[in-house]
Amino acid sequence: MTEHEQVEWEAIEEDETGLSRRELFVKGGLLTAGAAFLGSPVAAARAAAKSPAAAEASSTFAVVTHGAGDAFWAVVKKGVLKAGKDLGVKVNYSESFNNPQKQAQLIGTAVARKPGGLVVSAPNPSALKDPLRRARRAGVPIITINSGVQAFKSLGAITHVGQTETIAGRGAGQKLKAAGGKKLLVIIHEQGNIGLEQRYSGAKSGFGGKTSRLQVKGVSDISTTTNQIKTKLRADRSIDAILALNPQVGVAAKDAAASANSKAKIATFDLSSDVIKAIQRGQMLFAVDQQQFEQGYLPIVFLYLYRYNLNTVGGGQPVLTGPGYVEKGNASKVAAYARRGTR
Amino acid sequence: MAQVAESGLARDERLARVGLAARLFQRPEIGSMVGVVAVFFLFLWAAGAKFAELDGFALWTDEASNVGIMAVPVALLMIAGEFDLSAGVMTGSAGLLFAYLVTRPDLNVWPAILLVLLFGLTIGFINGMLVMKTRLPSFIVTLGTFFSLAGLNAGLTRRATGSVYIPDVDTASGFRSAHRFLGSTFTTYAFPDRVIWWIVITVVATWVLARTRFGNWIFAVGGDATAARNVGVPVLRTKIALFMTTSTMASLLGIMIALQIRSAQADQGIGNEFVYIIAAVVGGCLLTGGYGSAVGASIGALIMGMITVGIPFAGWNSDYQRLFLGVILLLAVMLNTLIRWAAARSRA
Repeated sequence: MTEHEQVEWEAIEEDETGLSRRELFVKGGLLTAGAAFLGSPVAAARAAAKSPAAAEASSTFAVVTHGAGDAFWAVVKKGVLKAGKDLGVKVNYSESFNNPQKQAQLIGTAVARKPGGLVVSAPNPSALKDPLRRARRAGVPIITINSGVQAFKSLGAITHVGQTETIAGRGAGQKLKAAGGKKLLVIIHEQGNIGLEQRYSGAKSGFGGKTSRLQVKGVSDISTTTNQIKTKLRADRSIDAILALNPQVGVAAKDAAASANSKAKIATFDLSSDVIKAIQRGQMLFAVDQQQFEQGYLPIVFLYLYRYNLNTVGGGQPVLTGPGYVEKGNASKVAAYARRGTR
Repeated sequence: MAQVAESGLARDERLARVGLAARLFQRPEIGSMVGVVAVFFLFLWAAGAKFAELDGFALWTDEASNVGIMAVPVALLMIAGEFDLSAGVMTGSAGLLFAYLVTRPDLNVWPAILLVLLFGLTIGFINGMLVMKTRLPSFIVTLGTFFSLAGLNAGLTRRATGSVYIPDVDTASGFRSAHRFLGSTFTTYAFPDRVIWWIVITVVATWVLARTRFGNWIFAVGGDATAARNVGVPVLRTKIALFMTTSTMASLLGIMIALQIRSAQADQGIGNEFVYIIAAVVGGCLLTGGYGSAVGASIGALIMGMITVGIPFAGWNSDYQRLFLGVILLLAVMLNTLIRWAAARSRA
């Protein structure tokens, strides 16, 4: 309870420069702790003294992810921009290329510009402790997305929007096992990404059978990645199931399997129009869809609600956007959305 | 002394009088100085006054120190005519070793720091010996070290922890005291401690280059190693010492980063080796050796810091950040060459 009160109180403090002060004052009659504070004559006087120009300054919502300029994060970015447009708020999106130090710095930059709210992905929560503490001290509401479901509370975020990687991995492993797989190869495409490790361990436990991992060069060099997978499949003919953790790598795995004459069943995390095409043609079994558009769109909506009405979403629990599965049955419906880059 | 020389009857005809402007323009860092002023005003215009206020200032000096602590030793090495391409990944190796030591065998932070610095000295010694004994270009030798360390970082981290990063550095004993000196910010402002370290390192390196015999050796071995050897400069020792300095500084920075982000990640530092070299080159170092300055490298780092922080600060699309760095690099180097050429002509 005290933590909840803390959050509300901070929000009102922040409202010194906030965009929704007047609206909050008028419509916030039902708010308990917040209303009591705002209703005090002091707060009302302070509210009246505020200039609209100052309110303008904090209406930007900043999004700082660990994305690496790839297709997946491009969809998240589209979600962010669409939400900003739909709600008429300014948004600012930046990526740290999976470098925690850089992400900490980008958060610092965002906070210095006094945003109305902050959205971060937290694959390495330890690294974000200090900059997010500074954000909280400045009264900036925080929402975590994508990675960091186990840490969003300790980081002081309102909620987390994403999928639980271990559960999604387990689901994928189980599906590949059900399809008759005996020996699974999981392709790891980034060297320092904790989320990928969680998917791997989830897939391993879900699959049950023999599971191995292959570290590949990654999305920055797909042709080398394809060769690495091909070599592995040539070297070990008994691999009959492949799980890629990124759509571009999934397509690379499909191509590699074809040229290595491997009959392995292929599944991937996340969608792209190429992945959907491959599923429709039966070259790929399924894709684990975490609907990352929502991971960009929803936090902006949540922050907007928080600023406008001091509403929180999730009730202290994360908001899950996945895992959903795209298979032959539903692939054609999703295809149109993937083509325009929002799935 | 100067008085005597000025007024002495027998004025040495070999000592030409050089004006202040000409002397200024002969400094290696002049190009970067012009650059830093230009970049500063560009972002002041684009991002507003906030860029120059304490908040903004703290942010770009933070990033500048992150680059500068390494750009300075890399510059010394370049003046001596060598490269160290393992300098970036070495920060990762050091950070991982440090995080491992304080979280798995639960070593106290301070002895762990000592061990990691020793590790840095060792890697630098290996780099130096390999370069000097095989007579292969350091570009190739340290490229080998770079890939070896990157592979070890990935393999050993997973082997030791089952994951690709080592969290919970902040649970180690002695974390608070070390964090205070190496990975924190000044209490009142958001200035990182690193900035002080960076300034100290720059001052010491400048003093070494300008005022000590070792500094002369650095210029001598970079200018012409054979000639230097013939006049009795210990080429082997000088270069190995510089390789050891570089990787020890990388270890120090790795420790600072691990303390700052309270963790270490297997891919930390990969790619930064070129950032350090760019900073040194923008600061006036020649790729061929024998010429450059420590202050210049630090100014180069400052430019990098301003760009890295300035682009998101101004709300520009950060996709173009590298384009920006590339253009700045080219402009700075062209300016450096132009000024050097003009200065040489004015002297002739």
